[in-house]
Amino acid sequence: MTGSLNVVGYGLSAIGPGIGVGIVFAAFINGVARQPEARGQLQGIAFIGFALSEALAILGLVLAFAI
Amino acid sequence: MTTLATAPAPGFDAPGVDAFDLPPIFGPVTKPVVLLVLSAVIIYVLFRLAVRRPQLVPSKGQFMGEAFHGMVRNTIARDMIGPEFLRFVPFLTALFAFVLVNNLFGIIPLIQFPTFAHPGVPYALAVIVWLVYNTVGIRHHGFFGYLRVSTWPPDVPWWVRIILTPIEFLSNILLRPVTLSLRLFGNMFAGHLLLVLFVLGGDYMLFVADSITLKLLSPFAFGMAIVFTFFEAFVQVVQAYIFVMLTASYIGSAIADDH
Repeated sequence: MTGSLNVVGYGLSAIGPGIGVGIVFAAFINGVARQPEARGQLQGIAFIGFALSEALAILGLVLAFAI
Repeated sequence: MTTLATAPAPGFDAPGVDAFDLPPIFGPVTKPVVLLVLSAVIIYVLFRLAVRRPQLVPSKGQFMGEAFHGMVRNTIARDMIGPEFLRFVPFLTALFAFVLVNNLFGIIPLIQFPTFAHPGVPYALAVIVWLVYNTVGIRHHGFFGYLRVSTWPPDVPWWVRIILTPIEFLSNILLRPVTLSLRLFGNMFAGHLLLVLFVLGGDYMLFVADSITLKLLSPFAFGMAIVFTFFEAFVQVVQAYIFVMLTASYIGSAIADDH
């Protein structure tokens, strides 16, 4: 079995964005639970926050294969 | 026993980047090229059928087309862009349909290749989006006005500005298309690789490996492939949504007046 150490590094680097995505959706769920009628507005913000923190993981993935 | 150690290790050869180098069908035309054309044809035909005979009480096809358009208009464009959103709805709807169909190619049997798993395709889309939001911003504010809106947030002390303005310029003008395209590419690439890994792994366990235990366990690998196919369906829809959502928010921030 062969492999690249890059991918192990990518696994470690994905911890941060994973925590970030978790915090974003936790805040989203909290917000909807407190104020269900704000769901539409919060959904857009939540997905943008999710996309921004996920971008880090995706950049890591690309670099894991590129370098 | 020493010969065993030096012999090439037999075992499962995990798929890598080379799983995406598909052979050309004819000339320079490869599978993604065919899929891109196919997706354009599918979207054109579906929307044509949807508006063929517009009626006050819509038929099923018309209803689905209108629901799709209305979803982009109400939940993406109106929330993100503001009062001038109607101008951008056709662009956003087309973009959403294009990304969605190309993503879903990844799980449709016999096609099973998300076009955006080749980075060149999302790069091209990101260039289009970059041109659109910058053009819209420059036409709305003028060139220097647009630069001021996107890199010069008001009410910031001067010593913060020294750091903040270059960062805002980098992130708003240069890095947005990069992250926009890499996000889509990375998700499709990783998802396709995941499915290929589980299917090839199950295939190896069932047909190549000698151990009877591995043969008996191979249904779990195929089962995981099926589970992850559903997960990929979810990811593909969400990524298409996010792509259009971010495009709309870039356009919205480019034409925002009170920043």
